[in-house]
Amino acid sequence: MTSYVSRKFLSMLIWLGVMMLSAGGAAAQLTIDITKGNLEPLPIAVPDFLAEDARVAEIGAQVAQIVRADLERSGLFNPLDPASFIETQTNIDYEPNFSEWRVIKAEALVSGRIIRESDTRLRVEFRLWDIFGEKQLAGLRFATTPDNIRRISHKAADAIYEALTGETGYFDSRIVFIDEKGPKTNRKKRLTIMDQDGANPQYLLTGSDIVLTPRFSPNSQKITFMSYENTVPQIYLLDIETGRRELLGNFPGMTFAPRFAPDGRSFLLSMVQRGNSDIYLMDLESRSTSRLTSDPAIDVSASFSPDGKNIVFNSDRGGSPQLYTMKSDGSGVKRITFGTGRYSAPVWSPRGDLIAFTKSEGGTFSIGVIKPDGSGERQLTNGFLVEGPTWSPNGRVILFSKESRGRNGSSEVWSVDLTGRNLRKVNTPGKASDPAWSPLLP
Amino acid sequence: MTLRAILTFSVAAVLVSACATKPEPIQETTPVATVQPEVFEAAPPPPPPTVAAQPQRPAFVPPTPGSLQDFVYQSGGDARVYFGYDQNALTNEARDVLRRQANWLNNYSNVTAVIEGNADERGTREYNLALAARRANSVKAFLVSQGVAPSRLTTVSYGKERPIEGGSDEFSWSRNRNGHTNVNIQNTIG
Repeated sequence: MTSYVSRKFLSMLIWLGVMMLSAGGAAAQLTIDITKGNLEPLPIAVPDFLAEDARVAEIGAQVAQIVRADLERSGLFNPLDPASFIETQTNIDYEPNFSEWRVIKAEALVSGRIIRESDTRLRVEFRLWDIFGEKQLAGLRFATTPDNIRRISHKAADAIYEALTGETGYFDSRIVFIDEKGPKTNRKKRLTIMDQDGANPQYLLTGSDIVLTPRFSPNSQKITFMSYENTVPQIYLLDIETGRRELLGNFPGMTFAPRFAPDGRSFLLSMVQRGNSDIYLMDLESRSTSRLTSDPAIDVSASFSPDGKNIVFNSDRGGSPQLYTMKSDGSGVKRITFGTGRYSAPVWSPRGDLIAFTKSEGGTFSIGVIKPDGSGERQLTNGFLVEGPTWSPNGRVILFSKESRGRNGSSEVWSVDLTGRNLRKVNTPGKASDPAWSPLLP
Repeated sequence: MTLRAILTFSVAAVLVSACATKPEPIQETTPVATVQPEVFEAAPPPPPPTVAAQPQRPAFVPPTPGSLQDFVYQSGGDARVYFGYDQNALTNEARDVLRRQANWLNNYSNVTAVIEGNADERGTREYNLALAARRANSVKAFLVSQGVAPSRLTTVSYGKERPIEGGSDEFSWSRNRNGHTNVNIQNTIG
């Protein structure tokens, strides 16, 4: 578990912003337009970070490897093979030999070094160079302890991503999901968390009760989920740091589909009464609830817009499951999907511009996005059973569950970016479902 | 509280490094310490191959009256009723089964039951929880209409979490869309 002290230290990490060099600003800047669909990944060279001795050199190699892996997984970068590098820099305070990096077709170069200040303190520094523009795009220094090197590496990758795309990165983040074991007819499910790249997986609960649909609080420190540990399945709140777990509310019927409000002070849930599911809003401090829907149809899977003003949810009040929006007080209900398929599991993007959803039509499931006004529906990926999208902190990548057909079917977590490109299996320790992506870590 | 601590920023000095070509300075940051994870337990060895359970056959000798076996027998051999895709309406066949169940429950009026609602895999997790809750309620409402006291019946929805068939085919899906009357019998005889 994360200790409070370490988190506090981490929290004091300073970002003065990535320093942009361009003096005039008019010159062509090395940038990646991540909204384009058929993009060539940007060739980038990330040599092992320089070090004074062999022990630190190991860390320098690890940092570069983590940065390369993050950038590569985004699909926007093509980290070049270090074996192809011509120049070997010995001091990152000097300009690189741009022409030698141009020979191997690198368009950007990350040159970094690790300095051991004491047994417990390292300095990680790097400069990001535009090879064709022959200028520095960013220069950053982090102070850290050796065992926190993975997070610093992710922060470095985020800074590079931001300098080259103009968008906030998402590498210093975590994923909570359900670890699955056993056949379909006897699945064991455990609440699990790991770094965004699959490192540091850890179980969060010890019990054997079914747990489902975990979701992060806006500060990434708490997780709400549904569990069958009581006779009536209910939703719970878990503090990741302290391990403290509490039942959220004492409802007469099953509660499920929890999701935090953007301010973290309240959350949405669905409750079943006499077989019918409706959506409620609960204040976390006062524990008072207000009912937002009262339709005899299924109303479930509510998700707030990032400004907290609107809610998207799933209802079959029109005869089949479709997506609806309403104001945060439950008024102004509007249907936004009218296709022939069955829509469910909507999640509002952290950018606010899109809603991701699951659709099933003609025996196939797909993950898609749609604008909050119901226009611009797009399919990103499909499969026998794909469901439950969750957004990256910057709203550019979506994770989802993918279950394969049949008795030996297995569940996996996959990712796809907003353009529908870069479909990848996420590196979970075993079978996995119900992923939820954290915001960027504090 | 922790969040507030996190928002505590402090000012850092910008370090200007001198060098021949004068690259932009590197920005100073304050220390970052460890995030120490719990050790993830090693994956256990693969489970032994499972042997498919033999289908339960009605006994040649009628089961002991009042036993769980008797309930299943009197229900017609299955304590479950089955639903159409995305449906929670009871079929005529389901009503016949539930009439027999109600009859049994009315004969053994001290027995309580949990009605479990289930859905097939072809729906999203939360929607299926809501759908299976409706199914459990359909079963309960019908049993109540046949004279079973509502206080004896509770419901629980398992969504698509408790399939009885592992296949991804029409047969398996039709079996997995069910309402299961799970009677609580303390002492079954024989």
